[in-house]
Amino acid sequence: MSTPVLELSGISKRFGAVQALSEVDLRVSPGEVVALLGDNGAGKSTLVKVIAGVNPADSGEILWEDRPVTIAKPGDAQRLGIATIYQDLALCDNLDIVANLFLGSEHTTASGALDEVEMERRARELLDSLSVRIPSLRVPVASLSGGQRQIIAIARSLLGDPKVVMLDEPTAALGVAQTAQVLDLIERLRDSGLGVILISHNMADVRAVADRAMVLRLGRNAGDFQVEDTSYEEIVAAITGAADNPVARRSGRVPVAGTEDA
Amino acid sequence: MAQQTPVSRGTEAVPPIERDPRLIVTATSPRGLITTALHRVRSGELGPIPVILGLIFICVVFQFAHERFLSPQNLSNLAVQIAAVGLMTTGVIMVLLLGEIDLSIGSVAGASAAVLAVLSVKQGYPEPLAIAAAIGTGLVIGIIQGTVFAKIGVPAFVVTLAGLLGWQGLQIYLLGDTGTINVKDGGPIAALTQTYFIPAVGWGIAVAVVLAYIGFTLYGEQRRSAAGLPAKPTMEIGLRALLLAIPIFGAVALLNQFKGVPLSFLVFVGFVVAFDLMLRKTRYGRMVFAVGGNAEAARRAGINVDLIRISVFALASALSAIGGILMVSRSFSASLSTAGGDELMMAIAAAVIGGTSLFGGRGNAYSALLGGLVLGAITSGLYLLQMDSSIRYMITALVLLIAVVLDAMSRRSRKLHARS
Repeated sequence: MSTPVLELSGISKRFGAVQALSEVDLRVSPGEVVALLGDNGAGKSTLVKVIAGVNPADSGEILWEDRPVTIAKPGDAQRLGIATIYQDLALCDNLDIVANLFLGSEHTTASGALDEVEMERRARELLDSLSVRIPSLRVPVASLSGGQRQIIAIARSLLGDPKVVMLDEPTAALGVAQTAQVLDLIERLRDSGLGVILISHNMADVRAVADRAMVLRLGRNAGDFQVEDTSYEEIVAAITGAADNPVARRSGRVPVAGTEDA
Repeated sequence: MAQQTPVSRGTEAVPPIERDPRLIVTATSPRGLITTALHRVRSGELGPIPVILGLIFICVVFQFAHERFLSPQNLSNLAVQIAAVGLMTTGVIMVLLLGEIDLSIGSVAGASAAVLAVLSVKQGYPEPLAIAAAIGTGLVIGIIQGTVFAKIGVPAFVVTLAGLLGWQGLQIYLLGDTGTINVKDGGPIAALTQTYFIPAVGWGIAVAVVLAYIGFTLYGEQRRSAAGLPAKPTMEIGLRALLLAIPIFGAVALLNQFKGVPLSFLVFVGFVVAFDLMLRKTRYGRMVFAVGGNAEAARRAGINVDLIRISVFALASALSAIGGILMVSRSFSASLSTAGGDELMMAIAAAVIGGTSLFGGRGNAYSALLGGLVLGAITSGLYLLQMDSSIRYMITALVLLIAVVLDAMSRRSRKLHARS
């Protein structure tokens, strides 16, 4: 395994009386898809927010290409090369695909006008490189299907040349064909050497594209599986806490004083 | 949950990019053009077609009812009449694009008119300076209202409702006991609506505009084909230039038969074109559309949403102030009734009738011209027929209602279309 591009160790995060994350480890290597799994309230979103810089961790170490870094705000994560695509895709429905891709970083000509030609050419190049086919680059995003919108949101994040892409439930609410499109794209991101963190509830998606599955349970690591040689039942067992594996057995319940239960 | 998503693992060769069957027929032939147009109409992209058809219908009806309706004199008067409210409409369009509303534009126009008259007549400042001060008044008012809306988060409706009352109060206060201040005849203020250009100037402007359109479009399409992007065929550019040239040359020919192209109308159209270019061709315009479409997405894209909002309200108020100056120019006076009547409602109605959506993020500056012409034609036609303003209000209400229904329907159609 090559050196991880992003490695988190001993990440803890506390919200008032709730220990949302305790001593969580996570690593992603270039060209690897890591699925982040867990039941509702397991700490997936909190971990994503830690990595994205929205809610910095209380303690723990973050290594970026073997160098310790601090991610205190979203800008820090972006500068390092971490792109996050949240569930609400943050697209402007009334603007066309090209305008959405370049929103906030438009190209302009010498006279200060928008350089639509250059933007459309680059948008086409980018979507072609992802083998994404969209009927027309000049239709409003509102007229696209859910899968196409997801793809535009992912493509938009790639314009910043990230090294790690985090996707929050990218296939939730998508149909079968559209899910396939998005999963194809995730594979292409991996093949081009990006590290991908995939948050998902859908075991079928995870088994289709993920190389490793990292399970969180009640804010702790509850297993790290190579997807290839792990059965579906083992992963589900880790998520639900019924697993008979050392990591899950060691980690108890949320260690908030006085609330320990059987 | 156990259902396998049909994904081919591994690195199968990606099939070469072929023409997508869903691709909307590219308009390279007359048939393609028509197919594209039909597709757009079906998917709720009506564009300016309904309002242009409506305008033609209104003109035909009034021409049958009164033979002088389409006479050069009447149309020339109409062009001068719609300029002032048209400028207010241009400002309101910017606010509507944000998905907000500005109810204060009438009062802002009135207050600016009062500032203009007080400075130039009572205080004796030179008229150009007074004009600049009046525009500055509008700008400052807009910045205040925009800041209260954007930074404090008071709904724009309420902020500008307060403005509607407050700035009208300022207008009455400034005009003082007499209530009316007459500006002198023959000065720069009066000249704004008294100036008509000789025929040659009108023709020159028409030729320059059409040539500029053809030149820039050809240059743009050439760049597109050089970059390997689909470009409009030359035939389509020719057709569009023709569709642009007919109304422009027709209008100049008509206006030249009376006194020539009026300066005030040219000021109005000039602002419309400038704002259209700003909205479509600059980063600022793109940001306005983005904030109107999805403010949260705009914020995440690094756009300063508050600054955009404040600037749009400032522009809207400044344009209203210019509208107020034209009103003073036309009536030679600033009075309590300057922009104190139905101007606010007409300005907002014109924007919506012209095709700018009330739901934000959709519309264009030309709505001000088209909507203004529709309302101006109705006013002028009913005036010729010697009908009361009661009839005018009812007919205007009907037209407005039709426009809003079309807006809501096309919005629903777009949503349905997106799901298919």
